[in-house]
Amino acid sequence: MSFIATPVTANNLCKDAQALKARGFRFVTMTCVETGPGEFDLIYHFDKDLDMVHWRLAATDREASPSLSTVYLAAFLAENEIQDQFGLRFADLAIDYQGKLYLDEEAGATPFCRFSRASITQTDSGGDTEGGQ
Amino acid sequence: MKTSILPFGPQHPVLPEPIHLSLTIENETVLEARPALGYVHRGLENLVAARDMHQMVQVVERVCGICSMIHAMCYCQALEEMLDIQAPPRAEYLRVIWSELHRIHSHLLWLGLFADAMGFESLFMQLWKIRERVMDINEATAGNRVIVSVNVVGGVRRDIDEDQVAMIEKELVTVEREVKQLSLTLLTDFTVKKRTKGKGVLTREQALELGAAGPTLRGSGVAQDMRQLGYAAFKDLDFEPVVETGGDSWARAAVRFKETLQSVDLVRQALAGLPQGDLAVKAKGKPEGEATARVEQPRGEVLYYIKANGTKHLDRLRIRTPTFANIPPLTVMLPGLELADVPVVVLSIDPCISCTER
Amino acid sequence: MLGKLLNLGQRKSPWLLHFDCGSCNGCDIETLACLTPLYDVERFGIINVGNPKHADLLVVTGTVNHRNAKVLRKLYEQMPEPRLVLAVGACGCSGGVFRDASNVVGGVDKVIPVDVYVPGCPARPEAIIDGVVAGLAKLGPDNGQGGQS
Repeated sequence: MSFIATPVTANNLCKDAQALKARGFRFVTMTCVETGPGEFDLIYHFDKDLDMVHWRLAATDREASPSLSTVYLAAFLAENEIQDQFGLRFADLAIDYQGKLYLDEEAGATPFCRFSRASITQTDSGGDTEGGQ
Repeated sequence: MKTSILPFGPQHPVLPEPIHLSLTIENETVLEARPALGYVHRGLENLVAARDMHQMVQVVERVCGICSMIHAMCYCQALEEMLDIQAPPRAEYLRVIWSELHRIHSHLLWLGLFADAMGFESLFMQLWKIRERVMDINEATAGNRVIVSVNVVGGVRRDIDEDQVAMIEKELVTVEREVKQLSLTLLTDFTVKKRTKGKGVLTREQALELGAAGPTLRGSGVAQDMRQLGYAAFKDLDFEPVVETGGDSWARAAVRFKETLQSVDLVRQALAGLPQGDLAVKAKGKPEGEATARVEQPRGEVLYYIKANGTKHLDRLRIRTPTFANIPPLTVMLPGLELADVPVVVLSIDPCISCTER
Repeated sequence: MLGKLLNLGQRKSPWLLHFDCGSCNGCDIETLACLTPLYDVERFGIINVGNPKHADLLVVTGTVNHRNAKVLRKLYEQMPEPRLVLAVGACGCSGGVFRDASNVVGGVDKVIPVDVYVPGCPARPEAIIDGVVAGLAKLGPDNGQGGQS
């Protein structure tokens, strides 16, 4: 059961998702992984009859990514969470909390991004790169 | 008619946990419900930078105290897959035993809270009285009532000896008998039916479209249970997913009630088939790559995504918990209800907010 | 005279308000377990209420984050004096296992004054009951009025 994620493009995401939905797939969730400064992978997880399909979409914090909530409404919660934690933006989000789903003003922005803030002390010591916020 | 917005929560007598709902109402009827979260958000997925992969077992156990053991089991399974190790058979059976005990106590807890939300205080007390027997088993076998902390990467830390097997079997007889005695009240009582039948309906199509999980999905007629994946020892055990077709609060309660008895049966099967052998294999090496693992929690499917970079600290840990998936369906269930039914229907998805927000 | 009576009432039958401040549920269900038949604190006159204005005792479980700190402060301010605060569990006492997490401020005492710290992860029902009794001693000596509790 190795992990294989099929690459998708921002232009085709919603169209492909429509096709997947027509085949009876259920949206499970989406995951955001920071791969470099300002570079992110969005991983979409779908399920049908216990078989999973994963998609990978490259995203940046410079431009808004397409929102899957136009196809699968359930994606709105996961996308809002990613907006909070990683500072990404999604276009046409069904219910948009504007990056305030979890965090209040005092909490500081993008607590889950490590590269941007910790690039100076980027070591493997696993020190307190977060928590100081 | 003018509409008004009514805040529900975060501190509400019916909810043990803080969640806020903005209810747009007209007279007594709910038109729209919009959840507001963040009262329990800790950001613990981010702790992977501060704790190494073995220490994270103790952290993920505390994603949710009610199904702590199952969270740790899922996390360990994902790492075991990545490290290419296999937990010994005895460990797999012990994992089933503890995870099903957790399911029993979680479902009894929920059924009690559900009764309490309807104002059925004596039923609440009865159910929690039965639940204490399961807590006693947890304490006797694992040393703690709630957070049993039995999992390690590669197996389990604790064993169950012959005396404890006999004790569990004896206690389960009582649990089963007492739960069955309450079935008449829980499933057929006039008051209970009046408060739950036809309330908060989620159709099969809506459930699939909105990505519902667990008893919320099965209550809408979809026979999907992650235990069918055959993780741990479930591949050797005999069970069928419990399904109800009503899609209303009553159906969700009925699914959980029947699953309680099913879990009693599964624990018995696992105790009967408990093989001899080691408890854990050594987890050597540093993981690298990506992996996902899914298991069935009392509230539904939980998904762990792990990305590792060859060091002892993981790159990314992502936990998708069942309540996170069940909140979008909730926004569909509530409109059209009377205000007085809102607490019962909110509770019917078995919301676990500390899971949702992590 | 009235003050004495109120004090007696508070000591002999404290009403508690429970607020989950970001706990993992472990301490919450143990707090609830106190009310159910095995531990049954209602026989000592302890009642779980939903309204802060009725409460003598605030039982807080879990770590504080920025959002729930405001709710916690509001609840505390609404309670009539004299009031007691119980921080239950390792998280409520100090932040516990989540101390280093990104959205955690720390223990309950970062926001409101705490009278009793109940340790444990999760705190056992016996420990919570013990904590309530220890807190009540702060309200005045039990001079035997109204019998032994």
